[in-house]
Amino acid sequence: MIESRVLPTDYVTEPGRFRTSTGKTLKTDEMIINMGPQHPSTHGVLRLEIVVDGEIVVDVIPHIGYLHRCFEKHAEHMTNYQQVIPYADRMDYLASMNNDWGYALAVEKLLKLEVPPRVEYIRVIMAELQRIASHLIALGTFGIDMGAFTPFLWCFRDRERILDLFEMTCGARLLYNYIWVGGVSHDLPARFVEKAKDFCKYFKPNIVELNNLLTYNEIFIKRTANVGVLPKDVAINYACSGPMLRGSGVNWDLRRDDPYSMYNKFEWDVQVGKGEMGQVGDVWDRYIVKVREMEQSVRIIEQALAAIPEGNVQQAIPKRIRPDHGEVYVRTESPRGELGFYIVSDGSTSPSRVKARSPAFVNLSVVPEIAHGCMIADLVAIVGSTDIVLGEVDR
Amino acid sequence: MEELGKTILKLIPVIGDQLADISVLVFVIGAAPPLIFILLYALVTLYTEMKVSAHIQDRVAYMYTGYHGILQPVADILKLIQKEDTVPDSADKTLFRLAPYLVFIGTYAGFAVIPFSSAYMGSNINLGVFYLIAASSIVVIGLLMSGWASNNKWSLLGAMRSAAQLVSYEVPTALAVLVAVMITGSLNLNEVSKFQDGGIQNWILFGGPMPITQKLLLLPFTFITFLILFLAGMAEVNRTPFDLPEAESELVQGFNTEYSGMKFAIFYLAEYANMFLVSAVATSLFLGGWSSPFGSFMSGPVWGVFWFVMKGMFFVFVQIWMRWTLPRLRVDQLMYTSWKVMTPFLFVCIFAVGLILVL
Amino acid sequence: MTPQEIHDGLKAKFGDAVVEAKLDAPQPWIRIAPNKMKSLCFFLRDDASFQLDYMMCLSGVDYNDGNLGVVYHLFSMVHKHKIVLKANCPKDNPLVQSVSEVWGTANWHEREAYDMFGIQFDGHPDLRRILCPDDYPGFPLRKDFKVPEFYNGMKVPY
Repeated sequence: MIESRVLPTDYVTEPGRFRTSTGKTLKTDEMIINMGPQHPSTHGVLRLEIVVDGEIVVDVIPHIGYLHRCFEKHAEHMTNYQQVIPYADRMDYLASMNNDWGYALAVEKLLKLEVPPRVEYIRVIMAELQRIASHLIALGTFGIDMGAFTPFLWCFRDRERILDLFEMTCGARLLYNYIWVGGVSHDLPARFVEKAKDFCKYFKPNIVELNNLLTYNEIFIKRTANVGVLPKDVAINYACSGPMLRGSGVNWDLRRDDPYSMYNKFEWDVQVGKGEMGQVGDVWDRYIVKVREMEQSVRIIEQALAAIPEGNVQQAIPKRIRPDHGEVYVRTESPRGELGFYIVSDGSTSPSRVKARSPAFVNLSVVPEIAHGCMIADLVAIVGSTDIVLGEVDR
Repeated sequence: MEELGKTILKLIPVIGDQLADISVLVFVIGAAPPLIFILLYALVTLYTEMKVSAHIQDRVAYMYTGYHGILQPVADILKLIQKEDTVPDSADKTLFRLAPYLVFIGTYAGFAVIPFSSAYMGSNINLGVFYLIAASSIVVIGLLMSGWASNNKWSLLGAMRSAAQLVSYEVPTALAVLVAVMITGSLNLNEVSKFQDGGIQNWILFGGPMPITQKLLLLPFTFITFLILFLAGMAEVNRTPFDLPEAESELVQGFNTEYSGMKFAIFYLAEYANMFLVSAVATSLFLGGWSSPFGSFMSGPVWGVFWFVMKGMFFVFVQIWMRWTLPRLRVDQLMYTSWKVMTPFLFVCIFAVGLILVL
Repeated sequence: MTPQEIHDGLKAKFGDAVVEAKLDAPQPWIRIAPNKMKSLCFFLRDDASFQLDYMMCLSGVDYNDGNLGVVYHLFSMVHKHKIVLKANCPKDNPLVQSVSEVWGTANWHEREAYDMFGIQFDGHPDLRRILCPDDYPGFPLRKDFKVPEFYNGMKVPY
């Protein structure tokens, strides 16, 4: 089974990488282990076929598709563009708002539709809240991968507040179907702005708390620094995006560099991995980028809450969506990275082709590249730091 | 029961003849208190662990079974007893069934030499500490056995890890024990505790009952030794941050992945018992064992049990506290800690303590 | 660089390989001959004036006129310009050169396009199905795909 694959036999010894026993010295036989589909740290139903030499990972082959729900096929078979949104919700179930928005934005671009400013502000607020919620899960589960259970529950405690805000806005806590083409399904409820401000006030000290518990923990740094280093050029070649790309030291954020909606009106900073604890692009860098992004998201939310205008959120929702022949590729910055929708319209009321370029799918594809020569425990760290959601990988 | 005991004893040729006329019941009764203690203690610790972890994590844990969920451990154990006890089809069935008991036996055997008070000790043998280190090595065999017999690659990896870990950490444990033994001059834990009787200032952690200059010289070394002993002990118990053999996020459940029901419960029980054993050893060697911290105030055989259990439980609490706070080390870092940090430090400590004692 | 310049540059270098272009579309695209894809993409990535080093997306499309298409959305992290490439191939012999050596990310995207449309990528190192099971009959996103009545003995519209 292994013979057919060309196994890399010699690895450079560098921090975070281990030399496997090669050639004549000690090498006996590799063992093939299935990590997943049911494994605590594959974040869903991912199956990694790993070839190990003792504890050292020689080769990783990801097998995906266990959660494939035919999003693209479904989208083609809808009778209406608007009906795709609940399916987009279910793609990345931890960042539904961002997915809705990505799809809605693509259709709006196809229709050349302008949405009222209040809608844009609401979308920004929702998307940034969702980004915080999603990052909280990413950080919490990453803590579990590292063996620390407590940060997970602290993160969930804070995420709960965000879900409460979503619940009071649209009634749902996980899959919102909130951002529609041309508008949003409900206007903000009374007192939402105050409660969101309260949340920002409540949340900021909790980031410090999380940092004290996990981020600057000596064991945690030892486990993550210099592990799974993703060099800049590999990251770009594999089209990694989001915190993964920024962790590798690429100063790149679609919200700033390919601005959509209202993002160019706010003041915030793009966070980049600097290799503070080890090399640039290691697991710790990817982790800290997410932590700092949460702070920036809070900044954006505060500015948006202060400036939100009045208006009717549903006036621009088209009664009937029938774009001309054409195609569009629109990318937005979801918590995991560049979420792109490529929509081909054949002039009918439903899309002829929808391709979702999901960031987790692309980010996962780089894992075999950076996992050679690490330990099993490091592989868990690497997979955890890519922050995949299998619903989005498999669509 | 008596017949059975006599038959077993007769099978042992040398001592069998001498002991055959003594009722086996004597042994059974003598060995029972630690077992009863372990079972009660496991219930309490189960509850403590859940509540402590919950409060660390901003939760409340169970609240409905009895007052503040106090009956939940009982319910948990009932559930485990009722559970179907599965044995995987492709497992080595004999070894698979034997392994959890072996792990528990290894731990339980260690309790034989633990002095719960000045009046009670399972077996008052002179080589107490030595026996303890030897007996607890059986655990390694049990863990390896469970990992191998499960016929599961994750279990096997967990078993290999645990074997490597336990064997490595026995070195610092034994060396740390040696420091206390050098100061007291006895391998019997009861003697060691008696040596430290008379108040908190006589504990070996604070230099032992020595003249003041010697005491002050010993103090830093005993302190380091105690820390290393406790950490190495934690590593032997497989608790976070040293829980690599059962690292949930890496190896599913490590060596006990395939176990369920009562066998799993026995693994669990062994782990909890081991937690107390480690704390008990650290307590008897460095914190005066059953002796009261206030000299003759509140001392005596009955108070002895109280002090001993309190000190032990405090360190069990510390272990729980650390488990729910810290992440886990990696295999190579674990080995590094054992061989390159703890062991050299202990050699320095042994040398220094020896020098101070000679002077 | 504007799309026009990219088009001119490609035309000058590869001539016939550039089949068609629509540069006044909202997202301008250039159609390339499928058997010239690889060398052209290497040129696009490595040439200092193009440097299209970031592949945003690769999608398979069924145009429902007997043709399948592959659409490449490229972007340059250095020069910040975008271009869309397209390659068409007939449905009965869908063969396109693989670009997985050019952009690592294309590997999985091409596997997905193969999985969904049956487009054969010439030179792909590991062209297996990625999302559907290995024994799945047919290519589900083709417009003429019929859902099989039974799959592995299970009735499909259950």
